[in-house]
Amino acid sequence: MTIEINGTPHDRTPLPGQCLRTYLREEGCFGVKKGCDAGDCGACTVHVDGTPVHSCVYPAFRAQGRSVTTIEGLAGPSGLHPVQQSFLDAQGFQCGFCTAGMIMTTAALTDDQRADLPRSLKGNLCRCTGYRAITDAVNGGSPAVCPAEGAAVGSSLGAPAGPQVVTGTARYTFDLDVPGLLHLKVLRSPHAHARILSVDTSAALAVPGVEAVLTHKDAPDRLFSTAQHENEAEDPYDTRVLDEVVRFIGQRVAAVVATSEAAAEEGVRRLRVEYEVLPAVIDPALAMLPGAPLVHGDKGIAEGIVRANANVVGELHAGIGDVEAGFAAADAVYEATFRTPRVQHAALETHGAVGWLDDDDRLVIRSSTQTPFLTRRAVSRLFGLSRDRVRVVAGRVGGGFGGKQEMLVEDLVAMAVLRTGRPVKWEYTRSEQFTAATTRHPFVITVKAGARVDGLITALQLTVLVNTGAYGNHGASVMHHGCHETVAVYRCANIRTDAHTVYTNTVPAGAFRGYGLGQVTFAVEQVLDELARMIGMDPVTFREINVVRPGDDLTAPGAHVPDLGIASYGLDQCLDRIRAASSTTDTAPDGWLVGEGMAIAMIAAGPPGGHFADATVTLLPDGRYELAVGTAEFGNGSTTVHVQIVADELRTTPDRVLVRQSDTDVVGHDTGAFASTGVVVAGEAVLRACRALRARILAAAERGPSEIRCLTADSVAGISLATIAPLSGSGHFDGTPRSVAFNAQWFRVAVDPDTGELRILRSVHSADAGTVMNPLQLRGQIEGGVAQAIGATLAEHVDVDEAGQVTTTTFRQYHLPTVADVPETEVHFARTTDAIGPLGAKSMSESPYNPVSPALGNALRDALGFRLTDLPYTADRIWQAIQDHRP
Amino acid sequence: MDLHTVTEVISPARPGQWRPGDAWLGGGTALLGEPRPHVTRLLDLAAAGWPPITVRDDGVEIAATCTIAELADRLGRHPIVLQCCHAFLASFKIWNVATVGGNLCAALPAGPMISLSAALDGTCVLVGPDGGERRVPAAGFVTGEGTTVLRDGEFLRAIHLPSGPLGARTAYRRGSLHRHGRSAVLLIGRADPDGGMSLTVTAATRRPHVFRFLSPPSAAEVEAALETIPISGYVDDVHGRPVWRQHLTRHHARRIRAELAV
Repeated sequence: MTIEINGTPHDRTPLPGQCLRTYLREEGCFGVKKGCDAGDCGACTVHVDGTPVHSCVYPAFRAQGRSVTTIEGLAGPSGLHPVQQSFLDAQGFQCGFCTAGMIMTTAALTDDQRADLPRSLKGNLCRCTGYRAITDAVNGGSPAVCPAEGAAVGSSLGAPAGPQVVTGTARYTFDLDVPGLLHLKVLRSPHAHARILSVDTSAALAVPGVEAVLTHKDAPDRLFSTAQHENEAEDPYDTRVLDEVVRFIGQRVAAVVATSEAAAEEGVRRLRVEYEVLPAVIDPALAMLPGAPLVHGDKGIAEGIVRANANVVGELHAGIGDVEAGFAAADAVYEATFRTPRVQHAALETHGAVGWLDDDDRLVIRSSTQTPFLTRRAVSRLFGLSRDRVRVVAGRVGGGFGGKQEMLVEDLVAMAVLRTGRPVKWEYTRSEQFTAATTRHPFVITVKAGARVDGLITALQLTVLVNTGAYGNHGASVMHHGCHETVAVYRCANIRTDAHTVYTNTVPAGAFRGYGLGQVTFAVEQVLDELARMIGMDPVTFREINVVRPGDDLTAPGAHVPDLGIASYGLDQCLDRIRAASSTTDTAPDGWLVGEGMAIAMIAAGPPGGHFADATVTLLPDGRYELAVGTAEFGNGSTTVHVQIVADELRTTPDRVLVRQSDTDVVGHDTGAFASTGVVVAGEAVLRACRALRARILAAAERGPSEIRCLTADSVAGISLATIAPLSGSGHFDGTPRSVAFNAQWFRVAVDPDTGELRILRSVHSADAGTVMNPLQLRGQIEGGVAQAIGATLAEHVDVDEAGQVTTTTFRQYHLPTVADVPETEVHFARTTDAIGPLGAKSMSESPYNPVSPALGNALRDALGFRLTDLPYTADRIWQAIQDHRP
Repeated sequence: MDLHTVTEVISPARPGQWRPGDAWLGGGTALLGEPRPHVTRLLDLAAAGWPPITVRDDGVEIAATCTIAELADRLGRHPIVLQCCHAFLASFKIWNVATVGGNLCAALPAGPMISLSAALDGTCVLVGPDGGERRVPAAGFVTGEGTTVLRDGEFLRAIHLPSGPLGARTAYRRGSLHRHGRSAVLLIGRADPDGGMSLTVTAATRRPHVFRFLSPPSAAEVEAALETIPISGYVDDVHGRPVWRQHLTRHHARRIRAELAV
């Protein structure tokens, strides 16, 4: 019996236990996405005989004799389906990994269902947008913008990949057919800390289809960090591809490579491993105590670990002024301790890579990564290959959020390719994302602060404990960053910081949107809120008295790269918006407690110590321009802005700009799409490349570089561009100096004291991003950041039990925000122009996240009359706290 | 997800075919939703062609393979049926495939078809390997988190809902950590024409608890009934702390009593 797919019969019989999603992808329908693989996220939605289903939990054999429609078959002969068109018009996507499922679901909604999207779309998860753009799309978006020549910057141009995203033809990491592909699966440690005494591979190798088993004996005897930074010394070298010692439950023990996933899984089940179980430390508070089990006791300073004999990866003990004197001068002093949990990035595309040897025997790795160039460097070094023997490429990446600033799969894929000589694929399962990727760093932060009755902050003292888990990737840097802008935004003469990042035998933490700022801001902004209450001052005025102003130095305890300054200032405008928000009114149900709260955040536009980008722009013979740039696109929208810059600088229209990106072959170097650098670093390189090319074009017409008006989309000084093509211009930016961006968030909430339920009545966000390059996209970035932070504040927590086992391993156990959970946020932009950023723009991708948790904490404090210090604020915890505070 | 260890599908499956390593397959949404490395064959019940809803003089028989969408479509005129369908964490797309029987057999505390069947005095019809039937009250079908009275080789054939309770007035309350999240508490009150009332507690507890009152109970009587559930009987997982679930159970029970007393 055949299965009809998009009108064409397919004769191949599905495997007995196969789900429809896999069958459809094997038949070439790559638009059908694997997000959760468990029926929760809806990215795999297709129609079977016209009925929408989640194809990942639909038995494939049952589709025999039926007709299946996928995203590829939705458009009619006359063009896009109306739902595809409205998602394109409203730009109802960012990374786009959920989009096919959103569109297929929306296309099947009845009018009644459209009237209740929180319910109708509860089976469709989006991690990027915060849903406003999606609900706009469902309700019919306004037509897309087509800016004229030279008018792209500042317009709401749609993402260049939009047409591919809405038709399911955008190619993500695994959306390609590789003949002869082998599949890799790993055995993971059941112990939090153990030495591998032996691995018996014989039974695994006997499984038909198993081609190789890799253990620590096959791995290079080299240490590295999974974290990727331009400056490699930022992260301790504490990791091996496969190690003889395993340090957390879920760590790789051995890999099986086979002709099918089934054979690889069976091979894994047949591995026999003998372990010597070692003492483990799970609680970070115990990790530094004398006698605690040492996670990396065999390493030390040489590997970049500050005090391996006390499990300390990094520490900061520094001060400005005299905090004791500051507290003595204060009229009010407040101190509290705050805790933030592990959070999963939950990008809908899991980690994974496909590797192969090309015709020149060069190692090629196609990966879901934010850092192709740094990953190439790391793979080259690990396997002793020169950089020109390794190529790393990223397709469209299905969400990152920092989680893919990490080499979690490419090393092992490379090893398997080099061993077998054949193409190898390794795709994390959703559960592996929880147990064996990285998380947001859990923090314990004590803040003590003092203020005078006139509002001046006299002293700030931070004591910070960061749990990096079993490996130190990003651990020290996240701590340093977290302790910087959070206090540097205040003019305070006396600041003291004591911070530690410690190892424990738990799943490693890693880079995550905000990079430590969110956690420390959560504490600092709540303590300041309480201080303002104590001195009887409103929180906005209190901020206005104390925040940095133009011309101020940005200082914080510790040594800092001195290239950071205020090159534009819109925090005052942000605070004005927050004050205005407070004058609104909302109604809450009878008996509910209502409260308001606000918080601010500052972020450096780019990381300290170097972030590099190269770009090349080439005039093509047909008059179009090709931009080559290194950064990956995962919904951050950098590519859109890059196209806008090219279009305006070269006086053309965006549709005449082609982009080649995220491929180590296209430019010399790019540090990567992280640290909010897509616009301010890569964009600056693009701008410089454009200007270099423009000068060459003008020179070719014997015009000076300032005679820009001679250039049109077709000609220069009357000479057809085709006659002078090809011409190229290159640009480079080293990421310094750096400016700062500002955000402020305000909430009004209501709490039901009978149940603990919290409802957000109003959400207002104001942002200073400098020149707004693309208002629609910037709004989307902010809404997405706010939504992700609302999830982390009100719902999300990766739990680790006493043995060190992650116990939240699916989206049913780990609640991501759905349409129903995210309020609409009013977004306001400050009017500023930055003196450093390209065309006056600043970063705005991580930072909207950072003020959200403390603003909610402050609103909750206002409603309840007491403060909750530990995240997340779920209804059961809020209710319990109310009980605990009853007299 | 792909169940790579499965080597055969028996479709349609019949009584007596079960052997160790087999899994009865309803819609598949639960079975394919988690790794099942011990399953080697799927015994497909959905292909048996059982009529999803059969109306009889004494009530309705819902085939175990009736999908949630079919149930909502055919019996959604009863408010409690639709409320229980909407209590699914899963979306309407899952309703198109997931079955009433599958939800009962998964035996999760939050399974809303368990709530519905127990609250309406349903009876589960089970078929053994020899083809013989036995009947158990739906309220006793689920014995704990993920466990049922089903024996090896036995499958759930149907749920019979008697007409009286199905037509009775009901009151429904649900609590969750999130607006459309997984149920942490699901209570159903039922006022019968003879003056009796029942209160069914699910989701909050490891198994359903049904309390029957011959006449409308006082607040104290409801409190006393709920007191018989020990705190250890409340579910302790990420969907809500036991003490909160216990509190919400009492809170919603009070409101249900008040609603049905009017």
